[in-house]
Amino acid sequence: MSHAIVTRGLEKRYPKGGTYAVQGVDLAVDHGEVYGFLGPNGAGKSTMVRLLVTLLRPSAGTAHVAGHDVVKDPAGVRASIGVALQDAAIDPLMTGRELLELQAVLHGLSRRASAPRGALLLERVGLSDAGDKRVGEYSGGMRRRLDLAMALIHEPRVLFLDEPTTGLDPSSRLLLWDEVRRLRDQGTTVFLTTQYLEEADQLADRVGIIAGGQLVAEDTPEALKAQVGHPHVHVVLTNAADRERSLQVASAVGDPRPGVTDHCLDVSVQDGSLELPALVRALDDAGIAVASLDVVRPTLDDVFLQKTGAHLAEEAVA
Amino acid sequence: MITPSVALALRALRLTLRRPQFLIPLFLMPSIFLAVNTGGLSATTRLPGFPETTGFLAFQLAAAMVQSLMLSGLQAGIAVSLEIESGFFDRIVTAPVPRLAIVAGRLMAAAVLGAGQVLFFLIVGVIFGADLAGGVVGALVVVVLGALAGVAFAAIGLAIAFRARQASIVQGLFPFVFAVLYLSSAFFPQELLGPPADTISAFNPLSYIAEGLRAPIAYGMDALPILEGLAMTVAVIVVASLLAVAGLRWRLADAA
Repeated sequence: MSHAIVTRGLEKRYPKGGTYAVQGVDLAVDHGEVYGFLGPNGAGKSTMVRLLVTLLRPSAGTAHVAGHDVVKDPAGVRASIGVALQDAAIDPLMTGRELLELQAVLHGLSRRASAPRGALLLERVGLSDAGDKRVGEYSGGMRRRLDLAMALIHEPRVLFLDEPTTGLDPSSRLLLWDEVRRLRDQGTTVFLTTQYLEEADQLADRVGIIAGGQLVAEDTPEALKAQVGHPHVHVVLTNAADRERSLQVASAVGDPRPGVTDHCLDVSVQDGSLELPALVRALDDAGIAVASLDVVRPTLDDVFLQKTGAHLAEEAVA
Repeated sequence: MITPSVALALRALRLTLRRPQFLIPLFLMPSIFLAVNTGGLSATTRLPGFPETTGFLAFQLAAAMVQSLMLSGLQAGIAVSLEIESGFFDRIVTAPVPRLAIVAGRLMAAAVLGAGQVLFFLIVGVIFGADLAGGVVGALVVVVLGALAGVAFAAIGLAIAFRARQASIVQGLFPFVFAVLYLSSAFFPQELLGPPADTISAFNPLSYIAEGLRAPIAYGMDALPILEGLAMTVAVIVVASLLAVAGLRWRLADAA
C-alpha cells in the first residue's frame, strides 16, 4: 500500500432516518503528510475519523490505514495509529505520568519501558513539571498536550487529531501547531480535522474540504486558493473624488476591470508583491492620495464559499 | 491479554481509592446498618427457628459484607458508564487491547476490592467482639468467597453499564440493591421470613452467597453452606460475565 490512508467510496449511514454522515469519500493520504480535513460542525469530520480509527464500521466502501483494512484487520489499524479525539477524555483523578504509562502498556510496551517513555513524552510536550499532578488541575491547553503525548506514546505511523485546538487559547494553539510540524518533520502522517481555516492553511500539506458528508474539494492550500482567483490590492482613497482617475491608473498598471466603490479601489493582480510597488508609484505620480493599501489574498473560506455556497464561519454557526 | 488486564485493573483500583464519594459508602453504609441491627435486634437470636450462632454480630457480618459487595458492583457499573460518557472508553477501544481485557481488568479490580471489603468487616467484627467460629481458616475462606462475590456483583454492574446509556441509569438501580438484600437471608434467617419473602429468598442467589460467607463466621466450618455459596457465586460470575461480554459486544456492535 503506497499511501498511509486510502478510502474508496467510504460511507457511514445511520439507520435512524437513513441520513449519511459520510458519503462516498475517496481519500489518499501520503506517508509523512499532514492532511487537513476542513469543515464546519456536523460536516462529517469526526465521523470520518471514527471510521478510520475503527470506532465505527463503514456502511459501504473501503478504508485502509497504514496498510490495514479497518474492517478486516482492525487490530492492525489500532496497533499502527495514535488517536486524540475531539474531547480530550482524560481521567481527572490520575496524573499525567500515570496516564502515559497506562497508555504505553495498553499499546504493548513493557512496564519497564513505559516509565522512561512517559517521561520523555512529558518533556516533549512541556509537562515535565506537571507530570505528577492530577489532570484535574491541568488547564485546557495542558490537557490537549497530554492527550497528544498519549497518542504518541507508541510512536504511531499515523496520527489522528480530531479538532485538537478547539477551545484553546492562542499560545496553546501555537504550541500544538509546533508539535504537529515537528511530527511531520519526523515523517509521521497526520490526519487533522479542524474547523479553523488558519489551522488548515498553516499546518496542512493538503486540505480536504468536507460539507454535508461529502468531500467537495481537495488539494494543497495554495492550489485550492488559486482555483478561486488571484489576489487583489484593496486601496482606500483619501478623496472619493479621485475614483475615476484611480480607475484609469489601475487599468494602466494591468487590471483591465478594476472595481471601485465610494472611497475604495480593488485592483486584481497576479502576485501582489510584484505589482504593488508599480501601483503605488502610479497613484503617486497621478497625485492620488491613498489612506491605506492592502494585498488581499484568497482564503480557504473563499474556496469553501465557492464549493458550497456558504462561508465556513456561517456554516459553523448554523 | 494479562498485561493490559492488570494495567486496567490497577487503574480501576487507583480511581476507586481516589474517589472518596465512591469508597466511603462501601464501608460506611453497611457499618451503620451493622451497628443499628446489632444494637437493636440482637434479641432476635432468641426467636424460635433462629439458627445457633456465635452471636448476632457474627450473624450480621455477612449481611454487611454482601451489602458492601453489592454496592461495589453497582459502582463498578457506574464507573464504566462514566468512562463511556466521557470518551475514555473510546481511548481504550482504539488501543490494540483485546476487548475481553476491558471486562477482565474490571473484574480483577473487583476481586481485590472485594477481598479488602470482607477483610474490613471481619476486622470490625473482631474488634467489637464477634467470635469467628471458623477461626483463621474460616476467615481465609470468607476472604476468598468475598473476592469471588465481588467479581460476581461487578460483572452484574458491567453487564448493566454496557447496555445503559448513562451513568444515572445505573445509579438509579440503587434501591434494587436493598430490595434484593431484604428478599434474601442476608439480614434474617430464611426460616423467620414471612411469605412471600421466604419463598423468594429460597430462590434468591444472594441468600446462598450470604450463607456461604456467614457459615465460617457464625456457625463453623460447615461444608454445605460454604460449597453452596461458592457454587452460586461461581454460577453468578459465569452468567453475569457472559452477559457483560455480550453487553460489551453490543456496545461495540457499530465498531469495526
